[in-house]
Amino acid sequence: MAMVHISNKPLTVNPLKVSQPMGATLAVLGLDQAVPLQHGAQGCTAFSKVFFTRHFREPVPLQTTAMDQVVTVMGADNSVIEALRTVAELNNPEVIGLMTTGLTETQGADIARTVKEFQRSSPEFMDISVIPINTPDTLGSLESGYARALEAVIEHLVPEGRVAGYRPRQVNVLLSSMLTPGDAEAVRAWVEAFGLRPVMLPDLGGSLDGHFDPAGFSTLSRGGVSRIDVATMGKSIATLAVGPSVFTAADRLKSRTGVPDHRFDGLMGLAACDAFTEVLAGLSGRSVPDGIDRLREQLLDAMVDTHFVLGALRLGVAADPDHLGMLAHFLTGVGIQVVAAVASSRAEGLVDLPIEAVVVGDLEDLEAQAQAGKAQVLIANSHGADIAERLRIPLLRAGFPLYDIFGGAARKWVGYAGSRQALFDLANLASTARPEIAPYHSFYGKERPPEMDGSVPAVSGASTLLG
Amino acid sequence: MNADEIQALLDEPACAHNNKGKTGCAKSKPGATQGGCAFDGAQIALLPIADAAHIVHGPIGCAGSSWDARGTRSSGPDTYRLGMITDLSDIDVVMGRGEKKLFHAIGQAASRYRPAAVFVYTTCVPALHGDDVAAVAKVAAERWQIPVVPVDCAGFYGSKSLGNRIAGETLYRHVIGTREPEPARPRPDGLPTHDINLIGEYNIAGEFWRVAPLFDELGLRILCTLSGDARFHEVQTMHRAKANMVVCSKAMLNVARKLQEDYGTPFFEGSFYGVEDTSQALRDLAGLVGDADFRVRTEVVIGREEGRVAQRLAPFRERLAGRRALIFSGGVKSWSIVSALQDLGMDVVATGTEKSTEEDRARIRALMGPEARMIGNNDQSALMETCRDYGVDILFAGGRYLYPALKSGIPFLDINHERDFGYAGYDGLVELAQHIADVIDNPIWAQLVLKPAWHQRRAMALACA
Repeated sequence: MAMVHISNKPLTVNPLKVSQPMGATLAVLGLDQAVPLQHGAQGCTAFSKVFFTRHFREPVPLQTTAMDQVVTVMGADNSVIEALRTVAELNNPEVIGLMTTGLTETQGADIARTVKEFQRSSPEFMDISVIPINTPDTLGSLESGYARALEAVIEHLVPEGRVAGYRPRQVNVLLSSMLTPGDAEAVRAWVEAFGLRPVMLPDLGGSLDGHFDPAGFSTLSRGGVSRIDVATMGKSIATLAVGPSVFTAADRLKSRTGVPDHRFDGLMGLAACDAFTEVLAGLSGRSVPDGIDRLREQLLDAMVDTHFVLGALRLGVAADPDHLGMLAHFLTGVGIQVVAAVASSRAEGLVDLPIEAVVVGDLEDLEAQAQAGKAQVLIANSHGADIAERLRIPLLRAGFPLYDIFGGAARKWVGYAGSRQALFDLANLASTARPEIAPYHSFYGKERPPEMDGSVPAVSGASTLLG
Repeated sequence: MNADEIQALLDEPACAHNNKGKTGCAKSKPGATQGGCAFDGAQIALLPIADAAHIVHGPIGCAGSSWDARGTRSSGPDTYRLGMITDLSDIDVVMGRGEKKLFHAIGQAASRYRPAAVFVYTTCVPALHGDDVAAVAKVAAERWQIPVVPVDCAGFYGSKSLGNRIAGETLYRHVIGTREPEPARPRPDGLPTHDINLIGEYNIAGEFWRVAPLFDELGLRILCTLSGDARFHEVQTMHRAKANMVVCSKAMLNVARKLQEDYGTPFFEGSFYGVEDTSQALRDLAGLVGDADFRVRTEVVIGREEGRVAQRLAPFRERLAGRRALIFSGGVKSWSIVSALQDLGMDVVATGTEKSTEEDRARIRALMGPEARMIGNNDQSALMETCRDYGVDILFAGGRYLYPALKSGIPFLDINHERDFGYAGYDGLVELAQHIADVIDNPIWAQLVLKPAWHQRRAMALACA
């Protein structure tokens, strides 16, 4: 049980939190042939685009309704319609995710109504699915915005009905924003290893995995889950929901389709991986493939090998709530002490984490907590680099954004193999950063007295011998 | 800020965009817009003031994804590197608690980090629900005995360029002219000192430090650089300069123009990219501030530097001669980089003119000949198409074209303000040459287009079927 402290400083310093519209944007990028469209001033979108471009090192399709002074006051519905029409004409997407921002929610924009009006007035774009998503950045975080987008996609693209199990090998997979594109690939392989066909919502592994597409650059998301596949989610035998933030989306899906679901807080660490594997074996009716057993044994071995370094390691971590939860279970599972834990925003599950305290706050809070708790290693996004430098401890980069490393989004954290790699990396950071015992200088001295220096052959002589 | 004030900023008389041949500052088109908002522009322009705290007043979307940009460098304090935001919540908006939160936010920043001043950036949400940020700033300044500068830059006012102007206007109204500079330290060589300002120089990756020693050598004291590696007290003394150089940007032209109107300070526009431009900038400065003796000394320094750098560039000239470059960066950079690349013997096949003025275009024609190919369309796909059509060896553009270029297999170098390398000055050109050569000659480009054997087998199997 964790004590949850809400940091109620007036000033957020070095923010950890990223906005809801950006979370929704990310989720839409996991759909095939889609464009996210942010309803707000153009800066919201420019910031999002740069942020995701730097993080993924990929071109990021994203548009804005570019509100100006006049429409901000007089109503921006026409900007929405114009933007939808322009995006439809220029890009011809299958899906447009239309998300609000702080500005438009404050203004009181009703985008659901505006979308209906667009569909009424533009029958030529009937075949484009426009999904309105309410994501004020005055609430929540990237994680909740992402989850809201999944809920909206389910509402708009999954038909209501009772045809569960019509596709006996198909399972739905709902993934929280804490899973990287690399993680999505790992989950897909895991499910497919049991002969099941996953419909992943969203499928960042298909769109933002960083592949060199022979067709070149596109102004739409390419890869990701298609809306045709999303529409069949009601026919699956089960839904697997990973990360508490997507449980509401799982509720929606269940109430619309009656497909039973299985829920997982995370997929790191032996226990979580075993639970997931067990469910897959049950759903498929197959025995666990040998390869998975082998990976499990490798994880066990890594846990043994690294326990010298990781046991009782003092660690500070800052992340979105789902991510913090998954990491907290995983880290404490191998004996690491979490002496500083900061979540970007509130969430129900924080109180149940197996650590002493959680602060809902920013990276200034992480810095203070980590210092007070004498943390030896940090886990945070790239913004944690300066903090780690000030505290003179190493940083393992995780979360959003990761702009000063390569492959951040491709990294696989989940599963037996991902967990094993995380253990290796933490152990390497911890062992190289471990302070050495300071040399002792004897009163009698061991150093060569300075007046003797002249009698020693010059260094250049040695290099001549070697050379 | 009301519509008239915004229009007045857009109508900047010193800006050539507002004369015949205007192409810039067009209204943003919903659904087809690239680039940042007014808040973005204002923040970029002021953030390099290193000893100030920069507080964004708004919800998290305005700073959560944009703070901690690492382009600009400071030689001392790093207060500017702290991301600060009031993080307005829905309750703050509904209950009208934004002003109170801001007041205490300023207090927290002032007492915790002891900045030289606090800049407060108003964003869309507080502008819409009507926070009186100027009044809060005034009260907070009195309460904590620190300058608090309100920057009225809601994103919906307009584009990034407008935000740059708002930044300049704000400094002019609240900061410049509020302090007298210290007398210059006497030089050991007994030569006179002339005070100048640089406006629109951002010290990206510390690149200005490559040029700065020449200023010291010549006796040019930089009262303030607006705003790379600047300190708040330096900005306060800008009105006492004898000349202003507007560097590579129209963004804060309004500051230079107002200093000329109110204090009679002459200004000129120049650049430190490439040998030709750097020499010309020094020459122009000498012409504005110095006597005949000063101009002679400047020519001696220029001659020495050009000779030195020519030697270092020689091996790269050999490697780069005749290689084809396409530049896509509007405004001043559309010609200043052309000259830098021609210095290296490269063949510049086309240049972007999205934000360029008639004057910029004239300079392009002077450099590239009357047939100069100019690209005004900023569409990413079209640009990639053009690169292929011209068979270019390398594309120079801003960061947002980086991944589209790499996806298309086109070598790329970032020349905008997000880059991590300094290209200014004589030695900067050597670094630029090194980077271009490294990028173009990398073996990956050839491998990208090679087809592995199993692709060919697959294609044959298809053809036989």
